[in-house]
Amino acid sequence: MTEPRWQFTSKQEAIRRGLRDGLGVPAAVLFAGMMGFGALGHSIGLSLSLTGGTTIFMFALPGQIVFVEMMAVGASAWLAGLSAMVTAARFLPMTLTVLPQIPAAHQSRFRYLTVHMLALTTWSVAMRDFPKMAPQYRQAYLIGLSAACYGCAIPGTFLGYLLAGQVPLPLTLALLFVNPLFFYLTFFEVRPLANRLALVLGALVGLGVHLVSPDYSILAAGLIGGSLAFGLSHGKAGHT
Amino acid sequence: MSADQALLGLAIAALGTYLWRFLGVAFSGRINTDSGLFRWMSCVAYAMLAGLVARIMLMPVGLLEQAPVAARMLAVALATAIMVWRHPRFGGLVPALVLGCVLLGGMSALG
Repeated sequence: MTEPRWQFTSKQEAIRRGLRDGLGVPAAVLFAGMMGFGALGHSIGLSLSLTGGTTIFMFALPGQIVFVEMMAVGASAWLAGLSAMVTAARFLPMTLTVLPQIPAAHQSRFRYLTVHMLALTTWSVAMRDFPKMAPQYRQAYLIGLSAACYGCAIPGTFLGYLLAGQVPLPLTLALLFVNPLFFYLTFFEVRPLANRLALVLGALVGLGVHLVSPDYSILAAGLIGGSLAFGLSHGKAGHT
Repeated sequence: MSADQALLGLAIAALGTYLWRFLGVAFSGRINTDSGLFRWMSCVAYAMLAGLVARIMLMPVGLLEQAPVAARMLAVALATAIMVWRHPRFGGLVPALVLGCVLLGGMSALG
């Protein structure tokens, strides 16, 4: 095995590096996205505590958007909650691809708590940068990274809510676009080939299914697009 | 919508979201990163993410719908171009992100 590019001498150092990396682009992306979300909550007439509460207790932006928009149009609490749950299904494959890269002996005792801070943003950074560090430092790095992002998302939501009405619509739209554009841009660094193929097929299947059944488009994109990509690249996986 | 309903909805949404995370932690110990299962899960995760991003950009629901589709497409095209011809000093990601969103906001302002 080749030497990892990032040399840490202690877990504290890995946490600090995670915090520092998190406070760059990832936290800025989440802050902007949550500001846009806060403004959205205000514009559809939800209370500050409910809007902020979704960030604190759900911490899953697409699901939060689905939830508040359904509540705003008067959907029942069950329907809005369950729709958000379906949108959040991605967290299963996300955790199942990040956590096995951390050796069991080095997993945090508090992993059932810290997993709440996992976001798409931190997941895509972890998937990209975990190979650059020795496995025993990955948990510490991820905790630093996640804490930075979670810590910025909450004030971002409140600020967006409080500034709503004073922020012109085009700026809110630009803020809401930061998140999807960021994820799209991280696709350029995705390896190996199977995962790149999964991106293309997932997008195509997702859009196709969305026309028929919007609620299940993300689930279908993952299961159908991902399985197709896996099948097509079978035997070639591991090569770029 | 009453406060009780809002609280109930939030509780269901929060628990429903956490359930996936919980299951992920519970089963992660059984997955070997060299296995086919792990590679399949990675494909599923990336495909879900791509499906989500494509939907938000091309067929958004809610507020983002108010950004003209041409603005969304041009912002993506500009960001793509910046990623391909990245700046030697500023890199690709940050300028692509900032300028893409500025273009989207600007075009939305012009209608």
